[in-house]
Amino acid sequence: MDSESHKTTAEKLVYMANQIATFFHSQPMDEAAAGVAEHINHFWEPRMRQQLFDILEQPDNGLDPLVLEAAKQIRKPGTVSA
Amino acid sequence: MSLVHEIDYGTPASLSEKMVTLTIDGNEVTVPEGTSLMRAAMEAGIQVPKLCATDMVDAFGSCRLCLIEIEGRNGTPASCTTPAMEGLVVHTQTKRLKDIRKGVMELYISDHPLDCLTCAANGDCELQDMAGAVGLRDVRYGYEGDNHVFTKADGIANDRWMPKDESNPYFTYDPAKCIVCSRCVRACEEVQGTFALTIEGRGFSSRVSPGMHENFLDSECVSCGACVQACPTATLTEKSVIQIGQPEHSKVTTCAYCGVGCSFKAEMRGEELVRMVPYKDGKANRGHSCVKGRFAYGYSTHKDRILNPMIREKITDPWREVSWDEAYKYVANEFRRLQYQYGRNSVGGITSSRCTNEETYLVQKLVRAGFGNNNVDTCARVCHSPTGYGLKTTFGTSAGTQDFDSVEHTDVVMVIGANPTDGHPVFASRLKKRLRKGAKLIVVDPRRIDLVRSPHVSAAQHLQLRPGTNVAVVTSLAHVVVTEGLFDEKFIRERCDWEEFQDWAAFVSSPEHSPEAIEELTGVNPQTLREAARLFATGGNGAIYYGLGVTEHSQGSTTVMAIANLAMATGNIGRKGVGVNPLRGQNNVQGSCDMGSFPHELPGYRHVSDESTRDIFDKLWGVKIQDEPGLRIPNMLDAAVDGTFKGIYIQGEDILQSDPDTKHVAAGLEAMECVVVHDLFLNETANYAHVFLPGSTFLEKDGTFTNAERRINRVRKVMSPLNGYADWEVTQNLAKAMGLNWNYTHPSQVMDEIAMTTPSFAGVSYELLEKEGSVQWPCNEKAPLGTPIMHIDGFARGKGKFIRTEYVATDERTGPRFPLLLTTGRILSQYNVGAQTRRTDNVMWHEEDRLEIHAHDAENRGIRDGDWVKISSRSGETTLRALITDRVSPGVVYTTFHHPTTQANVITTDFSDWATNCPEYKVTAVQVGASNGPSDWQVQYDEQARQSRRIKILDAAE
Repeated sequence: MDSESHKTTAEKLVYMANQIATFFHSQPMDEAAAGVAEHINHFWEPRMRQQLFDILEQPDNGLDPLVLEAAKQIRKPGTVSA
Repeated sequence: MSLVHEIDYGTPASLSEKMVTLTIDGNEVTVPEGTSLMRAAMEAGIQVPKLCATDMVDAFGSCRLCLIEIEGRNGTPASCTTPAMEGLVVHTQTKRLKDIRKGVMELYISDHPLDCLTCAANGDCELQDMAGAVGLRDVRYGYEGDNHVFTKADGIANDRWMPKDESNPYFTYDPAKCIVCSRCVRACEEVQGTFALTIEGRGFSSRVSPGMHENFLDSECVSCGACVQACPTATLTEKSVIQIGQPEHSKVTTCAYCGVGCSFKAEMRGEELVRMVPYKDGKANRGHSCVKGRFAYGYSTHKDRILNPMIREKITDPWREVSWDEAYKYVANEFRRLQYQYGRNSVGGITSSRCTNEETYLVQKLVRAGFGNNNVDTCARVCHSPTGYGLKTTFGTSAGTQDFDSVEHTDVVMVIGANPTDGHPVFASRLKKRLRKGAKLIVVDPRRIDLVRSPHVSAAQHLQLRPGTNVAVVTSLAHVVVTEGLFDEKFIRERCDWEEFQDWAAFVSSPEHSPEAIEELTGVNPQTLREAARLFATGGNGAIYYGLGVTEHSQGSTTVMAIANLAMATGNIGRKGVGVNPLRGQNNVQGSCDMGSFPHELPGYRHVSDESTRDIFDKLWGVKIQDEPGLRIPNMLDAAVDGTFKGIYIQGEDILQSDPDTKHVAAGLEAMECVVVHDLFLNETANYAHVFLPGSTFLEKDGTFTNAERRINRVRKVMSPLNGYADWEVTQNLAKAMGLNWNYTHPSQVMDEIAMTTPSFAGVSYELLEKEGSVQWPCNEKAPLGTPIMHIDGFARGKGKFIRTEYVATDERTGPRFPLLLTTGRILSQYNVGAQTRRTDNVMWHEEDRLEIHAHDAENRGIRDGDWVKISSRSGETTLRALITDRVSPGVVYTTFHHPTTQANVITTDFSDWATNCPEYKVTAVQVGASNGPSDWQVQYDEQARQSRRIKILDAAE
């Protein structure tokens, strides 16, 4: 990969999660974290969610605080759906 | 089989609800007030002779053939211009009328060539018919007219005679055959709205003229074909009719280009397509067409079509032709191997928005039931996925709210990020017709599109915003509506959640959303924005039409929600003339979404986590559908690069050319071990494919397409597939090779399965479509004939939901290295990646993509019109030729992406919509500079494409 637009998948996932958080930041506060979690549960394939959990374990992972807050409600891949 | 017969009533229908009864030739007829006597007679089955009248255009009264007599009235009025009135007693055939008509016909024929036997209109000539109808037996004035008959007079050239104009690739203009009925001129004005034609000269020497005596190709003509359709003689004739002859049978089918979904009669001779003629009963197009649907079908028999399956182990190998069985077996083995080796979720599929509903349904079924995962996506990902998300969140349904007829009741039209005259031309013609009748227009677009100012149409306001600032502008429109008290409180209290509205109203009212505050950001004059908001809120029925200029942004979904907010706040939902109307790109992009092509949704937009929905399909298909969403296209490519996604079945989509950041797409495809491309041509994606399965065209199969207004239209087979199989058969055979027990013998059975499993399609069947022509979903017990307008008594989700829409600048920003913003669009004559239209004579209008740049930016860089320029972004660079224009503002450049050599997507980045991953095609920071020729990438790419398209010639047997 020869140019700066080509991020790794992990970098992209951080970027995407933060984009989702950015939208929900403007929504009423009580819905924001749940909104982020629901969005990721609805649209992210298990592999992507697993990678997100891996990223969450790293310090200074670059994730928006709202994503960190939402993480509790994001479904771990392989667990039974609600 | 015979020709589908359409009655020409001579004048358009009257919409009056008041009826009048009169007597015509002894028959009592009841018609709506305002109906012409000609039309009333036709409804009674009496055909009054006519030449200048046809029901696609208003009455003109020039041919003097349709005269009638009315008891108690003097004279012989023209039946086309005389309205029916209560109690009239009309005679269409009297001695006096017969004499006049015969005299009129004598004059016509006195300066008309009588080469009927070799004339292209032979068998379809209204002049000939009328000569027969009036009993013309001789012409007292002789047959040696001065203007139309002889190329030479007395051995020298006859300068009154005019030669044929053959400049247009699809039709000829033969002035010698012109009878000056003006039907073509009026069709161009009234139906198409281009005003390209006029009548030149006087008396016998008058004729049709494109512009100021130009030839057709050089004039403003957009080649929609309305004039050709209107012409009663051989003056304007399809070149295909000249070459082949008159058709002998026809079938009604649906155009496979844009999301308007025009109905056409495919007129045939045997299995040869003679011409496509727009069908008057087509509810999307009402008898009109554009250059693509009408003429650009030549790709279907183009020599580039691949007709035999091919495989190769490595993408650097040449292709090897194989039997269908071998190809199916190869794919089945490879996919099973990959799933064994890398896991069940290592393969997936892409459904095609160019294919039928039935085909799309089968591809997603193959993925869900055969591959056992939800890794299925469709090209809506890169166009209108934000529409689905945004409208589902706010209204509860992932689709537009109106039918196209609705525009006839609109008072204020707001067009946001769409260029209908190029992208959705037939809808644009209907829109322009309404605008000429007085409706007001607001355009929100960074570029001065044709609609802003074109003959007899001009926008009341053009908000020429900077690319990427849609949310700021639409939220600011709402700011004006709320702060100036222009919202529709009654509507909101009844239909929406009042508390949510108040929360939203407080949000948009804050000063940072005022037009004055956002000016610096958006470049839109605050006064213009305020006036646009006032006009939309108070001007009567307000309708919003939008396109990819809304969706293809980092905040695409947010803009869709902002649009929905604005429509609800102004009470513009749930009746004729209003609504939120996405202009969808591909012929069946609505349908492919409806059919469960998204990785998180089963057919009918039901999330895969919903057990009761899964249960329906589990039982019917005898499988266990995964309850987790699958990968979207960009995620598939990321996973491929990461090594966890290995095989893909792509039906009718060219992701390498159409998806952003070409180098990343190429890297993803290259990392896969089995790429299966099912297409008409060796498209760009096929350069990375291991298996090629030949596809079939829309002319070669039965099925349905669903257009932008949710209308399910029939596609009818008019010729055998050149490749042997319709696409649904290929998918079925592939499924069988993978061990699935599918036994569909006709697409109607697939539709029956869709109806059985999907509530919004419950009432749809081929039988119903045969009877009704078309229906708009939802079509079920509650709406047995479909639903033209949605959310009439309340929103599908219950209460309409207002959502705060905070503007967030895209991270794609200009700076010293990349100071200009590139945005992209389409042109009338080409379609999408051009795979079809580049293989037709449409290239005469657009043989290359050009970079539109403002004179100011060009001058700074020493660029002249037509110069080769290099355009670079942080993703890559490419070259093309510059076009200097004031359509774009300084700081903004624009191009189309119809040609693969341009490689516009080498430049676009991997930024995408926050909710749906729809790529941000519409904003890329770029630099433009002079160039000597193609970039290294273009040269390399060309070579690689050439290499990868080699097909190994088998040695002839001794």
